[in-house]
Amino acid sequence: MATGRDDFVIAFRSAFLKKKDKQKFSLLSLIFLSIVVIILSNISFKPIQYIKIGVNEIIYRSSYIASKPENYLQELTLKINNHINLFENYKDIKSELENLKQEKITNTFLKSENKRLRNLINENINSDEILAKVLIDRESPFLKSIILNKGTKDNVKMGMAIIDGVYLVGQIIEVNYTNSRALLLSDLNSKIPSVLAPQNIQAVVSGTGKDYGVIEHTKDDIENDLNKIDSIIYTSGLGGLFKPGIPIGKIYKDLENKVNFFSDFTQLNYIKIISYNIGGKD
Amino acid sequence: MASLNKSTFFRAFLSYLPLIILFFSAFNEFDFNYLKIENFSFNFVYILIFYWTLRNPDSLGYFSIFLAGVINDVVIGIPLGITSLCYLILCSVTAYIRNITLSPNFVKDWFSFLFTMILINSIQVIILDLIFLIEINYTSYVVNTGFTFLLYPMFFVVFNFLSQLILQKKND
Repeated sequence: MATGRDDFVIAFRSAFLKKKDKQKFSLLSLIFLSIVVIILSNISFKPIQYIKIGVNEIIYRSSYIASKPENYLQELTLKINNHINLFENYKDIKSELENLKQEKITNTFLKSENKRLRNLINENINSDEILAKVLIDRESPFLKSIILNKGTKDNVKMGMAIIDGVYLVGQIIEVNYTNSRALLLSDLNSKIPSVLAPQNIQAVVSGTGKDYGVIEHTKDDIENDLNKIDSIIYTSGLGGLFKPGIPIGKIYKDLENKVNFFSDFTQLNYIKIISYNIGGKD
Repeated sequence: MASLNKSTFFRAFLSYLPLIILFFSAFNEFDFNYLKIENFSFNFVYILIFYWTLRNPDSLGYFSIFLAGVINDVVIGIPLGITSLCYLILCSVTAYIRNITLSPNFVKDWFSFLFTMILINSIQVIILDLIFLIEINYTSYVVNTGFTFLLYPMFFVVFNFLSQLILQKKND
């Protein structure tokens, strides 16, 4: 028994403490170093934060270059799929275009009415837009985020909205000097105050870690309302970060509580980083 | 072709290939997300580190593995050092297995890999979820562990071939 324990101790010591011929560091010292890095990287101490920003800058740029071949493969797969589905897409788009033309006429009137009503209550919404390129869209199985090529030097700040066309895709969660990281709506940690139309129900859209979201913090009896008609989800403007009315996604009546985001997060190339200034005219 | 085989550059390239693949995968967060297969993901780096530190430990330095972990943390956006710790625990297990094993057995290694992955993913989940309060998808971790375990034999064959090629070139 004692021999067995000795064998274990010898094997353990050899594995952790001894440096092999080509190893410059022992495993134990590197494990300690990892733990120190974990602790240091989460201390809000200025020099450490600067080092962290520097490391991020270098790695994001290198990762952008290293991702080029995989991105090319990704684009190629998409192009092939588009060619295969070309005719079917054409038919769908043609009928959708007809519907949109009809809706546009109604929307023009609603827009001017909305503007007039906002003026009446003395409310205005100003926004600053920054166009940014997506450097890395490594959607890890666990965390969903993208790296953008704009940072503090371009006045990017924490919490700014990320917009693809007119659709909300996420918000800024980390800012470095020349780049920043945005958390996508599909991430488990993303919670966006929203409103469901036409039911006018306040809710929170939460990511699931997959390519769809769910709505949370609503009463149980609204499920009946959701099952009756398709619902469109917009930002509610609560919290003050985003303006109200940015389209997020759609809940189909037969797909209970499943939010299909309008934007395809795997196809983001250029996006807008927007900060809103919501308030009265004064 | 003959000149290529004799070239010292090619020989050096082959010996550094596992290291190149490791850093390339860390920068890339190697996955197949463009195939759009739902619920499919595997951790290629775990397979790579487990195989090479177990069968050919001189090919991957522990410090390189530590650096690859830091890079991976930055790329996927989790607190620095967590992936490095996981990779190094994987290395500790392979070092221990190497020390207690007289004749290598593929099936034993394969199941050791599964238990090690369960251990390191549990550590990662505990650190992220309970300490840093980052919400994570447990199902993704289970699926990822399952596919990584299932795909190990396939990569084992590929890496075995590469390992023999490296050995052959070294002895030329």
